[in-house]
This record gives sequence, C-alpha cells and structure tokens, in this order.
Amino acid sequence: MNRELIMRLRGLLRKESLQILRDPSSIAIAFVMPVVLLLLFGYGVSLDAKRVPLALVVEQPNRDTANFIAGFFQSPYFVPVRFATIQEADAAMNTRRVEGIVWLRSNFSRQMLSGGNAPIGLIVNGVDANNARIIEGYIQQVWANWIAQFYASQGLRLKTPVQADVRIWFNPAVASTDFIVPGLIAVIMTLTGALLTAMVVAREWERGTMEALLVTPASIHEIILSKLVPYFVLGMGGMILSVMMALWLFAVPLRGSIWVLMASSGAFLLCALGMGLVISTVSKNQFVAGQIAIIVTYLPAFMLSGFIFDLHSMPVVIQWITHVVAARYFVTILQSVFLAGNVWSVTVPNIIALLVMAAIFLGMARLMARKSLE
Amino acid sequence: MKAMLNRVVALVIKELLALLRDSRSRFVLLAPPIIQLMVFGYAATFDLNHVPFAIYNEDPSEASRDLVARFEGAPTFQEIARLHSDAEVAPLIDRRQALMVLHIDRRFSRDLLTGTPGRVQIILDGRNSNTALLVMGYASTILADFDTQWAADHGGFNPPATLDIRARYNANLESRWFIIPGIVALLTLVVTLVVIALSVAREREAGTFDQLLVTPLRPIDILLGKSIPGFLIGSFEASVIIAAGVLWFGVPLRGGFAPLYIGMFLFLLSVIGVGLMISSLAVTQQQALLGTFMFLVPAVILSGFATPIANMPPAVQYMTYINPMRYFLIVVRGVFLERASTYSLLPLYWPMLLIGLATLTMAGWLFRRRLY
Repeated sequence: MNRELIMRLRGLLRKESLQILRDPSSIAIAFVMPVVLLLLFGYGVSLDAKRVPLALVVEQPNRDTANFIAGFFQSPYFVPVRFATIQEADAAMNTRRVEGIVWLRSNFSRQMLSGGNAPIGLIVNGVDANNARIIEGYIQQVWANWIAQFYASQGLRLKTPVQADVRIWFNPAVASTDFIVPGLIAVIMTLTGALLTAMVVAREWERGTMEALLVTPASIHEIILSKLVPYFVLGMGGMILSVMMALWLFAVPLRGSIWVLMASSGAFLLCALGMGLVISTVSKNQFVAGQIAIIVTYLPAFMLSGFIFDLHSMPVVIQWITHVVAARYFVTILQSVFLAGNVWSVTVPNIIALLVMAAIFLGMARLMARKSLE
Repeated sequence: MKAMLNRVVALVIKELLALLRDSRSRFVLLAPPIIQLMVFGYAATFDLNHVPFAIYNEDPSEASRDLVARFEGAPTFQEIARLHSDAEVAPLIDRRQALMVLHIDRRFSRDLLTGTPGRVQIILDGRNSNTALLVMGYASTILADFDTQWAADHGGFNPPATLDIRARYNANLESRWFIIPGIVALLTLVVTLVVIALSVAREREAGTFDQLLVTPLRPIDILLGKSIPGFLIGSFEASVIIAAGVLWFGVPLRGGFAPLYIGMFLFLLSVIGVGLMISSLAVTQQQALLGTFMFLVPAVILSGFATPIANMPPAVQYMTYINPMRYFLIVVRGVFLERASTYSLLPLYWPMLLIGLATLTMAGWLFRRRLY
C-alpha cells in the first residue's frame, strides 16, 4: 500500500517536472521574471527626489538674497534655474519645466531688516502630492540652514524654542531602495507562485488532461501534492535568486536570520500556490485564470500589502480587506527581517497567519477539485 | 471598400460576442476594473492619517502638555501609549506598534523658560522610509507651530524670513487626485492589452484561427477586426472610470473632453499595436499572457504612475521615452488637474502617435510573416 503510494507520487512528480522542463515559459516565469522585475523596480522605483528643477525669481538681487539662493545651488536635491519675473517662472511651471518656484519679492531685504518674518513665496506643483511634500521638506531644510547661518553671521547663536533630535531607526539614511526591495520579493513571489500554477493547471483543465489525471488511481491529495512540489521548488529557486540580488546588487542589509526568511518564504509560497490552484480550478480557462490571477493576487500584493502604500493610512474597511491579502503578512516579515532583525513578536504571528491562509487555500483547492468532478 | 467594411464589422461582432457571451470572461472584463478602482482609489494613498505614536514625557509641565496636546489633536497622529521609561521605547517600535515615539526631555520646560532650546527627541521606524520622511515632516510642522506660538507669547526667536508655501493644481496635496487619473491610464492599458494580446492566441490554441484564414478575410481585415473590440472595450472602461473618478471620488476634471479623448485615442492606438505584436508572436495563451506581463509591468513602473520618472537613473529615464503610458499619464493628469488644452498637449500627442504607428506597422509585418 505504502509502496504503491510512493510509486504513484514518483510518477506524478516526474510527469510534472518534465512538463516544467519542456515548457520554457514556466522556467521564464520562475527565473527570468524575478530578475527582470528586481532590476526594474530596484532601479526604476525611487521615492527619493533628486535634482528637482526649481525656478528662482529674485526681483531685487542683493547680498541677503544671494546668501539665501546659494543654499539651493549647494543642495544635491535641486537644479535651480533663474528667472527674471514671476510670469516667466509661471510659464515654465505650466509647461512642466520646473517643479517649484521660489519667489523673493522686491521688498524682501527691507522686510527682513525691519522686524523680520519677510515672506518667501514658495509655489510647488501639487499634482504629484507625495513628491510635492518631499520637495517642500527639502526647501524647509535649505531655509533652516540659511537661518542658522544668518544668526551665525551676526555673531548670535540660533535659539529656536524647541530643538528636535530626530532619529530614524533601521534606515538612518532613509534610502527608499532598502525599503522597496524587500517588499518587492513578496510581489515577485506572488506572481511566480500564483500565475505559474493558475495558468498551468487551467491549461490542463482546458485540454481535458486534468480529467484524465483524475480518473487514474491517484487520489486528489496526490495530484495536488504532485502539482505543488515542483512549483514549490521552482518558486523557492526564484526566491533565493531574488534574495541574492537584493543583498549583493542592491546592498540591502539582512539583519535577521536567513532561516526566518526561508521559513516565511516557504509559508508564503504555499499560500501563493494554493491561490493559483483555486483560481485554476474555478476558472478552468487560461484567459479567465490569467485575468483573475493578476487581479486577485498581483495587484493586491502591490497595492494592499504595505509594500509601498502605508496600511495605517487606508480607510478601516480597506484595512480589513488587507487581512485576506497573504502578501501583507509576508511584506511585514520581510521588512523586519531585512532591516530590523529577528523581531519574534512580528515574525511568529505573521508566519502563523500565512500557514493558516495556506491551509485554507489548499483545502479549498481540494474541495473544489472534487466538486468539479461530480 | 464597402465589402471590406462588411467583413470587418462581421468580425468585430464575432469578437465582441466571443468576449462578452461567456459569462466568466464578461465578468472578468467588467467587474474587476470597477472593484480595482474602488479599492485602489481608497488604498493607494501617501496621505498619512492615524499614524500610531507613543509619548514619553519626562517633564510634567504646562509647556510639555501643550506640545503633547498639539500632537494628540492632529488628525495625522493617533496616540497608542504613554511610556514611562527608556526601556519601553525599543520594543514598541520593533513590533511596529508605534511608528513614532515623541520623547520630551526632563529639563524641557526649565530650558524653555531660561532661553536655552528645550530638547525633544523623535524616534521613527525607518522600515518604510517614505512614511518615516512624511511623519518627520508632519512632526516638524507641529514643532514649528509650537515655536512660533511660544515666541509670540514669551518673546525671543524671530526668524528673518518665513516660508509661505502654496501648492498649485492640488492645494491640499491630496494624493488621491494624483492616483485616480493614474488609474484611468493603468486600467485602460491593462484591459485593452489583455483583450488584444490573447485574442489571436486563443484562436490559435483552439484551432479556429485556421478557419478564419480560409474565409475571404484578408490579413488587414483580421487585424482590424481584432483591434476594434479592444479599442471599444478600452475606451468604454476608461470613460466609466473617468466618470467614477469625478462623481464618486470628487477629483476635479478641469480641462475639456477633447484633449482627454484625443490622448486616449492615440494611447489606445499604441497599446493595440503592442497587443497585436504580442498576439502575433505568441502560440499559446500562456505565452501571450507572459508577453503581456513582460510589457505591462515595466510599462507601469517606468511611467511615473506611482513614483516620479525624475527620480530614476538617467539611463532608465531614456528608456521611458518609448513607453506610451508615460505620455498618457501626463495627459490625463494635465487635463484633470491643470486644465491642459489640446494645443499645450501636442508635445505629448505626437510621441504616442509615433509609437502607435511603429508598433502597428511592426505588428502588421509580424502577422503577415506568421501567416505565410
């Protein structure tokens, strides 16, 4: 009995592995796609604004304005362009040649010396709100530096009432690559896991070979297992490739243990494969399976996982929805394991959540496969 | 000419029926884009609110209570704990329970009253570096307000100049106004591309493509018949999303329909060209879907949809010039927020037209080569 089971499983596994090896598109999904995606996201996605084109309008240049303006030329964040009048700067902003305008009116110096609080006009293009906020922050830094210098030049020490000492833990340089690349691994694995199984198994349903498989002596458990194992191996291979790229190409630190990373990746991959199986069983059609896979796995992994967009800021209803997105748990683990270290109170509950979801999806896949036979 | 029109119309009707008659594929074409718009319209935001933070106030005084009250009163922040020792700070941040800890020094109010700067420490979780930067910005603003108020009440600090910040086109810097027009472009791209890229592959796999070839239809008729349904479905869904963006999410549509739909027409042209190229190369639907993905993901990432093109390395920025989505995004956002006119968008129209002509020519060539 036991020998038969092992024999059947071996046969099934051999069949699945051969199928993978002979179809270049599975290999492409598992290994080429992670590399392409990591390169794209790693280099293409950055929230760090650099070299922002900025219009400077100084209506009456003198020593005070020159001191202020100098800050923008020294800052790595700006590429200042001078304009003679606000109208010209306005036109430049309307044609998207500059992202912001700094405007020192003709009475700037006079106001500065008589009582202070001279207004510095600052207009930013608000279309990209996030970028606009970051640019505002940089301009505030230039302004704060200038004030400190202004006081120093008068032989005074700058005394703001409150002095804030800001510490950013885990990522003191606030490099957005260190935050995006770990989360990206979750997005990539969602794709390889779910898309791979969804499409491949849907094709078997479409061609009728799935029914052929189901009438063999192999049980549904064995069939599901034989579908899982090869794709699990393939997915883990893609994962290891992604981690190596993250560490060596993008120089993201791995502060936690590699075993936590592997264990959580394994749990997540089971979820993704389970979702793929469910999708393929529901749709039984590659067109529909592909569409559903993109819509219910890839896009939520991108948007609802905390990969880029912060979960706290979403409306409560959407926050509930994020709890059924497996990538959410995995992204949380990844960001902690890479940047913060082994935080058990983060890792353990999230791995448990992943295992529970994997069990649900695999159970659903089994139930549906049986139902669809009747 | 009339015969050709008849042939193409017949094929278009057949394609639309094939797409819309099957209830599952009809559902897949119509429902998910609407669900996505709803979910992403609410989820995709960089605007922070309810940021969980903790207060560690070592200085029980009126001044420190005033500062704390400013943080508590801000809609951006939500207090989750009061700490009483240094040892409590690290676990709270490590576990991601708090994104920020505000630590007020023991000598805060004494320092303030004697004219030395009162010290506060702000500890942020940098695992999401963008959020950390934004939280820092919000916190600095609150501290600056406190400074100004304190200086007004007690004299002292008086900066020589202050910043008077205004944001044009989006005065309250709502990221939804940026994201929703982006979703118009994104979903138009996804829906059209998938419909077109898979249309030929599906027939090839089912074997019906050979039947199509023995009909009087010429290759050009087949190409047109395969493109028009994608065009119709793409522009229909885009219109629905535009309407929902304006009516449901309240994003202002300041410009006219003409500049928007001219842009959409040219964008669809280039997307159809790419879709047909994938379609004529792919033998199976899986290959077609893979091809779609290989185009879709870079096209979205390198378009400026979520992160600015200006932040990318120069070499990557050059690559974005062949991405039609890059131009259409500026058109949609320009028309929605900046009241862009048709004339001012000309520099964005012609690159899309060029890309469209190039991809359509390529697709036609590939298609014919595959046939003979």
